[in-house]
Amino acid sequence: MTLFDKIWEKHIVREIPEGPAVLYIDRHFIHEVTSPQAFSGLEKRGLPVFRPSQTIATADHNVPTLNQHLPIKEEMSRLQVAQLVENCQKYGIDLYGLGHRFQGIVHVIGPELGITQPGQTIVCGDSHTSTHGAFGAIAFGIGTSEVEMVLATQCLLQSKPKQMRIHVDGELGRGVSAKDIILHIIAQISAAGATGYFVEYTGSAIRSLSMEARMTICNMSIEMGARGGLIAPDETTFEYIKGKPFAPQGADWDKKLADWKLLFSDPYTDFDHELYINAADIEPMITYGTNPGMGIPVVGKIPNGQHLPENERASFQKALEYMGLQAGTNIQGQQIDYVFIGSCTNARIEDLREVAAFVRGKHKSPNVEVWIVPGSKQVEAQAIAEGLDKVFESAGFQLRQPGCSACLGMNEDKIPAGKYCVSTSNRNFEGRQGMGARTLLASPLTAAAAAVTGVVTDVREMFLSVDEGYEKS
Amino acid sequence: MSKKIKSFSTTAVPLDAENVDTDQIIPARFLKATSREGFGKNLFRDWRFQDGDEAKPKPGFVLNEPAFQGKVLVAGKNFGCGSSREHAAWALKDYGFDAVVSSFFADIFKNNALNNFLLPVQVSDGFLQKTMSAVQENPATKIAIDLENQTITVAGASEHFDINAYKKTCLLNGYDDLDYLLSIREDIEKFEKG
Ligand code: SF4
Repeated sequence: MTLFDKIWEKHIVREIPEGPAVLYIDRHFIHEVTSPQAFSGLEKRGLPVFRPSQTIATADHNVPTLNQHLPIKEEMSRLQVAQLVENCQKYGIDLYGLGHRFQGIVHVIGPELGITQPGQTIVCGDSHTSTHGAFGAIAFGIGTSEVEMVLATQCLLQSKPKQMRIHVDGELGRGVSAKDIILHIIAQISAAGATGYFVEYTGSAIRSLSMEARMTICNMSIEMGARGGLIAPDETTFEYIKGKPFAPQGADWDKKLADWKLLFSDPYTDFDHELYINAADIEPMITYGTNPGMGIPVVGKIPNGQHLPENERASFQKALEYMGLQAGTNIQGQQIDYVFIGSCTNARIEDLREVAAFVRGKHKSPNVEVWIVPGSKQVEAQAIAEGLDKVFESAGFQLRQPGCSACLGMNEDKIPAGKYCVSTSNRNFEGRQGMGARTLLASPLTAAAAAVTGVVTDVREMFLSVDEGYEKS
Repeated sequence: MSKKIKSFSTTAVPLDAENVDTDQIIPARFLKATSREGFGKNLFRDWRFQDGDEAKPKPGFVLNEPAFQGKVLVAGKNFGCGSSREHAAWALKDYGFDAVVSSFFADIFKNNALNNFLLPVQVSDGFLQKTMSAVQENPATKIAIDLENQTITVAGASEHFDINAYKKTCLLNGYDDLDYLLSIREDIEKFEKG
């Protein structure tokens, strides 16, 4: 059996002949944007929330990242957040809303609170729920109708997906991080390459990653179309969870730990598809187009689309036009205007530490605006406790308050039309960061390098001038 | 929202683009509503209008071409990728579409569409290309979709499409998943007790 099979089977309430399975959901996260219509659906049917203690709420998508203590200026956002507060009170759901010390991006707070645990089924009305798979859980995004189903019954109807294994072996080069691994994979198999699959990531390169780096990888599984991604739990996982606010304790911990140790794919299990990647082949990556599959090494040239089937070339051309980039030219040296370090992909404390270690003693380029948006209140507090805020300040980087921010530009944090933004988020779709905004996805380190030089830069060339700080991180 | 889908025949709107993500179908800034209605007017908002201004329709975008009308949207492969926002399905349905034809749908979008009685019809690459050109060349081309027999017919050519048997029953009868889940609440409680 695969790891996925083991968790799936444990959660089947019943199977419909020739139909989907009724899958029991252990943990349900909700936020302000995709939940209001689910609650009004319940109300219409006169239903209670079936298991309120298994749903956890936060406000993240809409919230401002400056002056969070003040009422939200934008009316519709304010109403949506107020609606969430009201719904949570009415139905008895724990809310880590604005002002709470646990507030943050939903996929950052679940893990850091120890709510996300191995072997669970986890859903949220948000496609990047795949993040939680890093703990060896089946975690996937759902639509609002499904949010309503989980609220009402703690179950979903799901067809079993196909399974893919992506094996990454070997050692990563210096300056290459988890973000580069996943951008490399997506560039290889395309933005639709894993549609219909659940992906398990294995191999020595994956094993050697921290939990936060594993989350970065699982987070972007959805960007190649996968339903979700997961990684078998190991000592790194257990070590991370231990002592977190909602982690099991005492005898309960021992019992859970014994169960978690059984969560792995049995040797010689067949997958529907397998992919092998040599970690040494991966270079710092960046995207040049309008879907996450349009990525190249920072040192590479922008392709001309001839590698695609003929009927897809027009869309490819349209993407380059939107981006204002030329096929056949280097992406390195491309002038940029903004750097956004944030999102559920790369706004955890390790990301901030890595950026701070790199920019210590440096300053941003005068033509670039840099926003650092921590993934949660806890990340923010930790960054300040470690003095990272001072490092950012003297580098000219602005440290803001937690939320999704410019990842999707639902609050005021938008990139103006035509401007280039190197972003550590996960989507470079047209208009994602603001109408007409041009997004280049990259790792925190590559983003930090661009912030300093003002152009797309191969971070590896800058290491010679890096101080001790990086070595330690 | 009209529930139940049977057979229908209609003209179609050809959207010749691959990887149409849900951020294009409905941009994030329109997700602030707390009801399900009214998203149709913002469907493909930034492809439809210059500077987001309703007074400035972009010429050349297919929804702005009066020649193309109908209840079916024909689109390139990997339709509905990206964000899980169900608002995308609501916007398409609210605008007046009952089906989307593509060679490939993103998973979450497909579920969302089915939950809203918007039929995702997945056809072969070849059939999609033929359909796309037939509609582009002659906007009066009819697309006939027969859910019961799972066939789609365009300009005399037919193809079978797949749909989960359970889902098909739901669509034909106007049931949704929640009706079913509520009916087995006792099983769920039993499962919880282990
Ligand atoms: S940070 Fe971006 S991708 Fe993550 S949950 Fe928020 S909007 Fe979605």
